[in-house]
Amino acid sequence: MRDVAVLSFAQSTAARETERNEVEILMPVVREVIAASGLERSRIEFTCSGSSDFLQGQPFAFVMALDAVGAWPPIRESHVEQDGAWALYEAWVKIQTGEVDSALVYGFGKSAAGNLGDILAMTLDPYCVTPLWPHADSIAALQARAWIESGKGSERSLAEIAARNRAAARSNPHAIVSGTETVDELLSRPYVASPLRAHDCPANGDGASAIVLAAGDLARSVSKRPAWIRGIDHRVDPAALGVRDLTRCRSAELAAQKAGVARDKIDIAEIYAPYSHEEAILREALGVPDTASVNPSGGALCAHVMMSCGLQRIGEVARRILSGEADRGVAHAAHGPALQQNLVCVLEGD
Amino acid sequence: MAENEETEQSLHATHVLEYPFRRSLGPILEKFFTGLAERRFIGSRADDGRVLVPPAEFDPVTAARLGEDRLIEVGPAGIVTTWTWVGKPTAKHPLDRPFAWALILLDGADAPFLHAVDAGGESAMRTGLRVQPRWVEVPQGSIRDVCWFEKED
Repeated sequence: MRDVAVLSFAQSTAARETERNEVEILMPVVREVIAASGLERSRIEFTCSGSSDFLQGQPFAFVMALDAVGAWPPIRESHVEQDGAWALYEAWVKIQTGEVDSALVYGFGKSAAGNLGDILAMTLDPYCVTPLWPHADSIAALQARAWIESGKGSERSLAEIAARNRAAARSNPHAIVSGTETVDELLSRPYVASPLRAHDCPANGDGASAIVLAAGDLARSVSKRPAWIRGIDHRVDPAALGVRDLTRCRSAELAAQKAGVARDKIDIAEIYAPYSHEEAILREALGVPDTASVNPSGGALCAHVMMSCGLQRIGEVARRILSGEADRGVAHAAHGPALQQNLVCVLEGD
Repeated sequence: MAENEETEQSLHATHVLEYPFRRSLGPILEKFFTGLAERRFIGSRADDGRVLVPPAEFDPVTAARLGEDRLIEVGPAGIVTTWTWVGKPTAKHPLDRPFAWALILLDGADAPFLHAVDAGGESAMRTGLRVQPRWVEVPQGSIRDVCWFEKED
């Protein structure tokens, strides 16, 4: 395996981008991440993006986003109809092939243009589930209740998770919501989809994020302390909600095992958990120790940008390793109903 | 969360994206939906012995093809295994009054599936509740042939 590292990370999030289109959101993020990488733009050999044309409501909408990176002279480029975390996986594989030594990865989503509830319903089984149009909050709530009734937690545990994330988000300028509420205050609020309350559901927003990757010697030549990717893996569970045990997440367990989470200590974990109970399920699945700092950014509960949020988890871990704040961390991204698909990335400093 | 609110600041226009194709259901789901049109529920037995509803064309664990010999009739009544409440239904939902989404495990099945439950009120919903389907007047082979489930008589 070739050593591959994150050199830089940049992000933009807002509750609602009413003026800027996707290219306008992306341009400053791409400019910032390349400047911080130490690489000239011309030295970046591969570009890979993650986004969903369903959010923009136009086939091949992702092609337009290339205006933000500049595709002349011609560049080598690819796209995944997934979160940017999976674009990072593709770029990592591309570097492993030896064909390129560096890559720019970005993910973006502007869900304000449509009705996110309806769009996510269209990602479900097209014959058996989509015609019923369940909202993503409702699907998550089915899992939350199954988790609570299995005895693994309570509505109070959900509120504790939400309160911790909201408090952490206060020091994150990219968070959309934050708060200082007590657990009891949160528990006094009404349900959105029982047993979930508003603070147990994601603060959806619009934005983008980007990462620059480089292989071994190139990374060392431009960075004193690159954030090395020591393990990365993604796995998927069956889509049907009824055929899996919703109180655990087997695909995340497997991805964590393959990525080698347990091989050494974990200082920090950034978990893609847009619903409170998901953090608890994933924490167990990934094997995150109690000593680790979990979602110091406030996580997906406090800023959830579709198609960018998973890449942001990798970026949030990487930037703390780049700064020397943490030595080893795990980042996680998810897709699909009730945590169907999971990606796990282990990052380390020298 | 709240979304699709009109914004005052920006110009906006409605853009309808359609998927105007007809697709085959395949050999297994076709039986499930033909069954619904006859007011019957068809499941299939997976490699590990579990009865799945809707039936699966490929085993969710082994990915092996599950043939028509695996099909088995289940239900029509069953129990709620988990649920949530929809206080404000949208125009696309099966009911125009508050209702529950539930995973419903039909009698004879081992895997539940999603549908609506007309419970009257949230306080009447609970895991373990026995429910039965209410069928549309003229079933057409769709998941919406079941209007919703309701408390068993």
